[in-house]
Amino acid sequence: MSGALGKDLLGLEHLSSDQIRLILDTAEPFKEISERAIKKVPTLRGSTIVNLFFEASTRTRVSFEFAQKRLSADTVNVAAAGSSVSKGETLVDTARNLEAMRIDMVVIRHGASGAAQFLAERIESNVINAGDGTHEHPTQGLLDMLTLRDHFKRLDGLKVCICGDVLHSRVARSNIWGLLKMGATVGVCGPRSLLPNAIDQFGVTVFEHIEDAIQWADALNILRLQLERMQGGYIPSLREYNRVFGVSSERLARAPKDLLILHPGPMNRGVEIDSDVADGPHSVILNQVTNGVAVRMAVLYLLSGGKPELAEAAKGGGGR
Amino acid sequence: MMGRAILLRGGRLVDPSQRLDETGDVLLVDGVVEAVGRVGDVRRDGDAMETIECAGRVVSPGFIDVHCHLREPGREEVETIASGARAAAAGGFTAVCAMPNTDPVTDNQAAVGFIISQAKKAGGARVYPIGAISIGEKGETLAEFGEMVGAGAVAVSDDGMPVASAQLMRTALEYARTFGIPVADHCEEPTLARGGAMNEGLMSARLGLRGIPAEAEEIMAIRDILLARLTGGHIHLCHMSTKGSVELIRWGKERGINVTAEVCPHHLSLTEESVDGYNTNAKMNPPLRTAKDVEALQNGVKDGTIDVIATDHAPHHYDEKEREFADAPNGIIGLETALAVNLTWLVHRDIISVPMLVERMACAPARIFKLPGGTLRRGALADITVFDPDVTWTVDPSRFRSKGRNTPYAGMELRGRVDCTLVDGRIVYRRAE
Repeated sequence: MSGALGKDLLGLEHLSSDQIRLILDTAEPFKEISERAIKKVPTLRGSTIVNLFFEASTRTRVSFEFAQKRLSADTVNVAAAGSSVSKGETLVDTARNLEAMRIDMVVIRHGASGAAQFLAERIESNVINAGDGTHEHPTQGLLDMLTLRDHFKRLDGLKVCICGDVLHSRVARSNIWGLLKMGATVGVCGPRSLLPNAIDQFGVTVFEHIEDAIQWADALNILRLQLERMQGGYIPSLREYNRVFGVSSERLARAPKDLLILHPGPMNRGVEIDSDVADGPHSVILNQVTNGVAVRMAVLYLLSGGKPELAEAAKGGGGR
Repeated sequence: MMGRAILLRGGRLVDPSQRLDETGDVLLVDGVVEAVGRVGDVRRDGDAMETIECAGRVVSPGFIDVHCHLREPGREEVETIASGARAAAAGGFTAVCAMPNTDPVTDNQAAVGFIISQAKKAGGARVYPIGAISIGEKGETLAEFGEMVGAGAVAVSDDGMPVASAQLMRTALEYARTFGIPVADHCEEPTLARGGAMNEGLMSARLGLRGIPAEAEEIMAIRDILLARLTGGHIHLCHMSTKGSVELIRWGKERGINVTAEVCPHHLSLTEESVDGYNTNAKMNPPLRTAKDVEALQNGVKDGTIDVIATDHAPHHYDEKEREFADAPNGIIGLETALAVNLTWLVHRDIISVPMLVERMACAPARIFKLPGGTLRRGALADITVFDPDVTWTVDPSRFRSKGRNTPYAGMELRGRVDCTLVDGRIVYRRAE
């Protein structure tokens, strides 16, 4: 089945602003379900969903699983370790075997860029990309935008700076494409060794200094610095990274206004973000996590053929 | 006692080696060109001879591919010398040079002899082995050039593996001088290119794939050119893919340095855009670059900075390409599409003429690698390609003679096709009507 989003959600680069707005708007009524005592509606009853995680993940996998369970779908989690994948099965064979079990949807997290698209082109089930290599992580981009919209009541004209390892970040790409489509102005800030060489062609403003980014932005989305980047020779040390690019309350104090602070997690406290910022009054890091469930419920609902205008009714228990 | 004879009648005879471009007949007797002349002038009274009507066709010296991978020994399920030689013939090639990155590596006289012996049985295009520069292509110990040349090798290369050590490349260029063979290098600075899956640029940043910058090729190209200047050896730069490389080769040639270079049809026609959607059949090394690189390479072919067009034919099993992009192997097949791609993108777009194309695909390869052929002069090897430069056809990989199906041109409509290929005066390929 496919609805307003098409068959799959692989990334935000190829979605229209209308489609992104549709997902965010559809997420609104789903937020409330998670606030109920009985957090369950029958919307996806009878649907079978496989969460296929080739990379370790806690937050994203649990968030998807809650979204599925709260919509009453039947879910199975497959982790690469201990499965046929660790016995050398190819991705295409894994996909075909799952499909043969007549599933409706696959949520895939994979270390290779393009893995979600590869799967989507080879099976009829809906495919949701839960992060593919250094390509995209669309539901993270969507939940970040929902969180920004909650706070600012708009995305259009908003100045959002993405800070850190943009080169290796699927979160960065999904945020850049999504925000640009929704009319926001996007900045990126980090050492040039952690920015793609072609970043200037993305339509974003590049800041060499975190101080300049803080002066400019309405919100900072601070990326996790993968600790292995240091071994990879991209930066000399975490200590120096924190000193030059870390977001601290001292730096934020010099901003002309209060900046909203986002972080996709998991955080390295004292590296890319200082604890007093992460725990401070302008941090919406936990709101992001809450919104993650609502956004994923919206995506599951829309991809399964749910009508956006019926989302309000659907959460009350109506059919699709 | 008269031998076997074939008359190619009424074709457009194109032979840049003698500045020939006119309609005429070619008579082949006993494996050599017996006569070339105006229509009707070439006669052989009283003898039976087969006649091939060539009206509307180009008749040229047989194409020579100085760079292909035939996978034998080691990966016979992917290609063999026999299937590769038949694919070559179907693509209008009368001779191909087989790269040594086989399993085991072609790095000694016995391995070279094996390829020669398999080629004799193959019955398609001629196959000339290229020996490895270093034992096992490990980039450490020089292989026995002299023994390999004695067994039939026509050049040396560690293709597939860049020669990382400048000292080893220097020694190879010096040592190769005794045998008069080119040293062919796959130019790639390994630390810059490591882990790269495509061209580094906007597309790689969008797709989240690790890129290989143009500079990884250019740094090694200029290193090799400078080492050729130092040693006086003949450096042949394989599959050039960037604008910067063309400029560096031009710089070297202007200074009289002994450098020659090749470019592949795919680098003359496609860009990194072909990779979009994670198309593994557009994955090769060096990768497809940008429109500005394609234009510079086309101009390099036109002005002679680039000497030859070679295929880098690299068959892979479909299973190997049917996987995540970063994990898929590099390489595409090219023997059966090279002529059509070159005609479609270069000749029919008025970048080069048909004689220039024949120069780059037949004459220059023979000259640079010191191979027989590359000319229609009387007494020359009767290795001939007859092709229709205009006919339109759609690429259907299932019809290839090659065992490989990995081509980015599948389903594309191309112009120009081989009608007939003759090796040693015998028809080794003739297109069914």
